[in-house]
Amino acid sequence: MSNIPENLRYSKDHEWVEVNGDIATIGITDYAQHSLGDVVYIDMPRVGDKFAAHEAFGSVESVKAVSELFTPVGGEVAEVNDGLNDTPEAVNNEPYTTGWMVKVKMDNPGEADAMLSAAEYEEYLEASA
Amino acid sequence: MSETELKKTPLNAVHREMGGKMVDFGGWDMPVQYRAGVIEEHMRCRTVAGLFDVSHMGEIWVEGPDAIPFVNRITTNDVTKLVDGQAHYSALPNREGGTVDDLLVYRFGPEKLLLVVNAGTTEKDWDWIKSHHSEHDDLGMRNASAEYCQIAIQGPKATEMLQTLTETDLSAIKYYHFTTGQVDGVDAIISRTGYTGEDGFEVYAAPEFAEQLWNKMLDAGNFGEDGGILPCGLAARNTLRLEAAMSLYGHELGDDISTYEAGLGWITKPAKEGGFVGSDKLVAQKEAGLTRKIAGFEMTEPGIGRDGYDVYVGDEKVGVVTSGSPAPFLKKNIGLAFLPPEFANVGQEIKIDIRGKHVSAVVVPTPFYKRQK
Repeated sequence: MSNIPENLRYSKDHEWVEVNGDIATIGITDYAQHSLGDVVYIDMPRVGDKFAAHEAFGSVESVKAVSELFTPVGGEVAEVNDGLNDTPEAVNNEPYTTGWMVKVKMDNPGEADAMLSAAEYEEYLEASA
Repeated sequence: MSETELKKTPLNAVHREMGGKMVDFGGWDMPVQYRAGVIEEHMRCRTVAGLFDVSHMGEIWVEGPDAIPFVNRITTNDVTKLVDGQAHYSALPNREGGTVDDLLVYRFGPEKLLLVVNAGTTEKDWDWIKSHHSEHDDLGMRNASAEYCQIAIQGPKATEMLQTLTETDLSAIKYYHFTTGQVDGVDAIISRTGYTGEDGFEVYAAPEFAEQLWNKMLDAGNFGEDGGILPCGLAARNTLRLEAAMSLYGHELGDDISTYEAGLGWITKPAKEGGFVGSDKLVAQKEAGLTRKIAGFEMTEPGIGRDGYDVYVGDEKVGVVTSGSPAPFLKKNIGLAFLPPEFANVGQEIKIDIRGKHVSAVVVPTPFYKRQK
């Protein structure tokens, strides 16, 4: 069974968001990293890039597949996890901590509230299994 | 195709028990990786040994006085050059110069050959081969695919691991040779062949012994210990063969791709006695000059040029990637692509269109990986 921390919000594209004020930290879920297999490269946006909610902001590549990354919340990229250039496997090993990808300064923090709770995401995974 | 319709090898339940992530591979329910993951499986095969279930491959027997002339007519390599106990890589050409499949041809005797073909194309191949059988050919043919399991043990330690299970002297079997013998008391064909770029063996036996052989080979390889053998899924099989620049049917070879275009001139012998099906087309293609051929490339900027991505020189689209992937052992992003010969020379700088971004790569020599002998 996938690890789904209680304190995060989730998208149906299998991203997670952690909200601190108007900053959203975004990564992919344990379920997503497991589906992808060994992650080898993450194509990230630059600090200052602006994205609308649900827009593709980058991609994550495993040995066998590439998957687009969608930001569940609109805003401006405030920080990217450069550490993943050297250790992309962090996305597999610790998807919710060292495997985070970007921090976005949200235009509308309400977008994060509209995302799935841990329980709702778990139900969504079970329903789509 | 729904899951209930997928074909299963005799090791299907074992793969599931071992944590294999199962996928539909050409109509077969196969493990794409096990718990260790593709990178570790790949590395272990390069440095120790890997175990592969390749029971989905097809086996076709051709026997009789005309077996050799018949197979010589329908394959590109020269079967008359084989001796008993030897195998070679070859292709089934079609009449238009394209390729029905690639295969191994084993010579058991002057009137007995075994053809080993790809899983997803077994039925197509069988129909094609039968269609060339005329009443003048004194031979019998049998699609025996269901009568065999096939397990590949590959890697620098593969020979010493397998040796503990057989009285056959494996060191006496040369590369691309084989013998019949027993593995753990089970009658088997023991073939020094593989699809990884490593030394190793492919073992064919009756399917009811698949589980016994699989488990014994894992035990012989100290599976579960540090530095022991690992079972390898299709993902590692693909990255291993790609590092070795071996062709994959449906990628570097296909119904509309010739063996010359695939870089397989070394198995293409149109000058052999009688030629082969479509050999006139291949001779004409070679005389006219190829318009495309397979070349190896390495990414020089971050990014992975994957199958189907377009290749550019300057602003001009010149080709397409046929296989592209991270290379776990080489720690580079590599691939094979169709390029016009004038752009296929080593050192040629190319751009690969990765989802709209033109990312730099360079043509490099193949194979990307060659094992130390």
